[in-house]
Amino acid sequence: MGELRLMKGNEAIAEAAIRAGCDAYFGYPITPQSEIIEYLAAEETHKRTGMVLLQAESEIAAINMVYGAASTGKKVMTSSSSPGISLKQEGISYIAGAELPCLIVNVVRGGPGLGTIQPSQADYFQATKGGGHGDYRLIVLAPASVQEMSDFVKLAFDLAFKYRNPAMILSDGMIGQMMEKVELFDPVPRNTEFDQSWVITGKTADRERNIITSLHLESASMEKHNQELQKKYIQMQEQEVRIEKIQCEDAEFLFVAYGSSARICQKAVDLARAEGIKTGLLRPQTLFPFPTKEIEKMAGQVKGILTVELSMGQMVEDVRLAVNGKIKVEFYGRAGGMIPTPEEVLKAMKQKIIGG
Amino acid sequence: MNEEIIIAGFGGQGVLSMGKILAYSGMMQNMEVSWMPSYGPEMRGGTANVTVILSDSRISSPILNVYDTAIILNQQSLDKFEEKVKPGGLLLYDTNGITRHPKRTDIKIYQVEAAAEAAKMATTKTFNMIVLGGYLKLKPIIDFEDIKNGLKKSLPKRHHHLIPLNIDALERGMKIVKALNN
Amino acid sequence: MEIKDIIKEENLVYSKTKLLTDTTLTYCPGCGHGVAHRLLMEVIEEMNIREDTIGISPVGCSVFAYDFMDIDMAQAAHGRAPAVATGIKRCWPDKFVFTYQGDGDLAAIGTAETIHACNRGENFTIIFINNGIYGMTGGQMAPTTLPGMKSSTTPFGRDVSLMGNPIKITELVAQLPGTYFVSRQAVHKPANVRKAKKAIRTAFEVQQQKKGLSFVEIVSNCNSNWKMTPIQSNQWMEENMFPYYPIGDIKIEGKLIKTN
Repeated sequence: MGELRLMKGNEAIAEAAIRAGCDAYFGYPITPQSEIIEYLAAEETHKRTGMVLLQAESEIAAINMVYGAASTGKKVMTSSSSPGISLKQEGISYIAGAELPCLIVNVVRGGPGLGTIQPSQADYFQATKGGGHGDYRLIVLAPASVQEMSDFVKLAFDLAFKYRNPAMILSDGMIGQMMEKVELFDPVPRNTEFDQSWVITGKTADRERNIITSLHLESASMEKHNQELQKKYIQMQEQEVRIEKIQCEDAEFLFVAYGSSARICQKAVDLARAEGIKTGLLRPQTLFPFPTKEIEKMAGQVKGILTVELSMGQMVEDVRLAVNGKIKVEFYGRAGGMIPTPEEVLKAMKQKIIGG
Repeated sequence: MNEEIIIAGFGGQGVLSMGKILAYSGMMQNMEVSWMPSYGPEMRGGTANVTVILSDSRISSPILNVYDTAIILNQQSLDKFEEKVKPGGLLLYDTNGITRHPKRTDIKIYQVEAAAEAAKMATTKTFNMIVLGGYLKLKPIIDFEDIKNGLKKSLPKRHHHLIPLNIDALERGMKIVKALNN
Repeated sequence: MEIKDIIKEENLVYSKTKLLTDTTLTYCPGCGHGVAHRLLMEVIEEMNIREDTIGISPVGCSVFAYDFMDIDMAQAAHGRAPAVATGIKRCWPDKFVFTYQGDGDLAAIGTAETIHACNRGENFTIIFINNGIYGMTGGQMAPTTLPGMKSSTTPFGRDVSLMGNPIKITELVAQLPGTYFVSRQAVHKPANVRKAKKAIRTAFEVQQQKKGLSFVEIVSNCNSNWKMTPIQSNQWMEENMFPYYPIGDIKIEGKLIKTN
């Protein structure tokens, strides 16, 4: 059993990064995720593992520092919250185009614009559909507990390096700010060897020069690069989907929700079952790749699905695509930092799905 | 065992740290715990509240609409949370500054004169520990030893010399807590 | 006499550094980029540091610098090269890292990254090519376009009351404690080429000594977008650019030696 601690979600991310052998963090403070950089600073990472920590002049600079460090094969990360993640989109597109592994954490707050600092899940489209320009995908992990805030850091780095693709942890202010018991994994040493087939650490006599770029001016070359990227995304869809099913075995009605919404729905499932209503919860842990097949399968079992999000309805579009008209899919959500109660969510299930 | 608690008062009354000590102590007893604060502008001078859940099984929603226990430290919080206590649940409040007292009859209501008691001690910062003592007297869900360990865990080392003072405050709270309606 | 009769060992008076590839340069004939590339690669070859050198190309005419320089390189988003270089150098403090940037990249869209990398005293080298115009996009106004100078977005000349004055970013960064060596050079005449190379060499030696940021501006021409012949453009540069952007060292060993 690993070390047990009571930690905030943001702190768990920071501690997990150190333990995962992260080489560098570049970031810019923004509520509600500043605890990540503050925790790393207090830990004096340069002494503890040699991990580089730098507060950049902007989110834009931070993501480009990530681009540079990732180009050398280092395990690097940045974190921010919604408005800051918007600023990083240019860099994220370049990183995806240049096929660099890295971790980007978004502790989502309400928007659009400067919005609010309260929790939200309104960045789903941005995270899963590209966000920046061009045809690209991030690996998107959605933690629903402080434990997963820790575990997914390691998973995100593993997947990022496996696919040479940026990975995002899409959390929100609720998971970031709450404290729970977390079992920390044992520290992994930082990498000392780097894949010389692509990293830029200085051209040695025994290999050709390596170039990190997303520029392909020739259309044919650009199209080929896009096709290669798509192959990776298809492979992710086939191999990396992760979900959790809660009380789904005999469920007649299904909640689909991720992250903090899933926690609320989990309670709603208990409340419903106390009333004799057989509900279940399907919780995507990966938002890209999306659990299309798993949801399609559940559509053959349950009578209706309620998708619950802290937004005006984003993931529900992917749920509807998965269900493909087979059964009724409705949406319930609150926005702007408002958080529905389990009772509210159950009421919506009754009105929109069971009674409707 | 599943105990869902809201602690609410002014920022600076030690609301969040009281919740933290409860959560740490619960963890010492191998419980599942969650601590969900209100955060943001409310932290600065306004009202502050924290939802603490202690449970034998996996915790679902860390944010709730109704609570087993409400620990209330100012009027705004009393106005807001009195109606959110589950029937048969517990409401514990400090009477200091309260002009409109709780009226419900389907819940158990207790008072702890923590502010007055804290004024008798070396520092009034012990206020939240007196309240917590009162709560633990009413719901002894955590061993006193584990509370001491929780204190140790949640206080930075440089404040460890204050632990005896905090334990004194907890014990005083246990003594002065009194029932209002039962 | 045929060409093969001329190409003989005994007739060799110059050979291109191995660190330049055989790819044909995409720069316009007469442009200073080619010479600047060569000097940079010669310095790296002479210092024997290729195995430890990482370059960053910008957005602008030199976006494809990695096609011509036979070293490990990354291509950065517009203006972000100093941030990319920071990321690399912080992780690999013993490597040599340089950015190669134009005036739009460094002094307009990338001003924040430039100023802050200089201010932090990041231990890398910035090579700044200033030709007072946006080359790649077709001759629009740059932050360094001279007052009255025509460009496709200032067809009647830069009106400083509307567009502000050209920015002397090199003098600006020289004011920051993080910069250790700041110099402005040119590459249009052999004497200038020699001085420019010396400045680039010094810049890399500063990295070796881990003294802070080294910054070399090369005032250059853009005959195509200035709509001149190469010779005319070099003359125009001497007569108009040099008075505003005087050639010479500005900061040596962390001390300002010249204030313009």
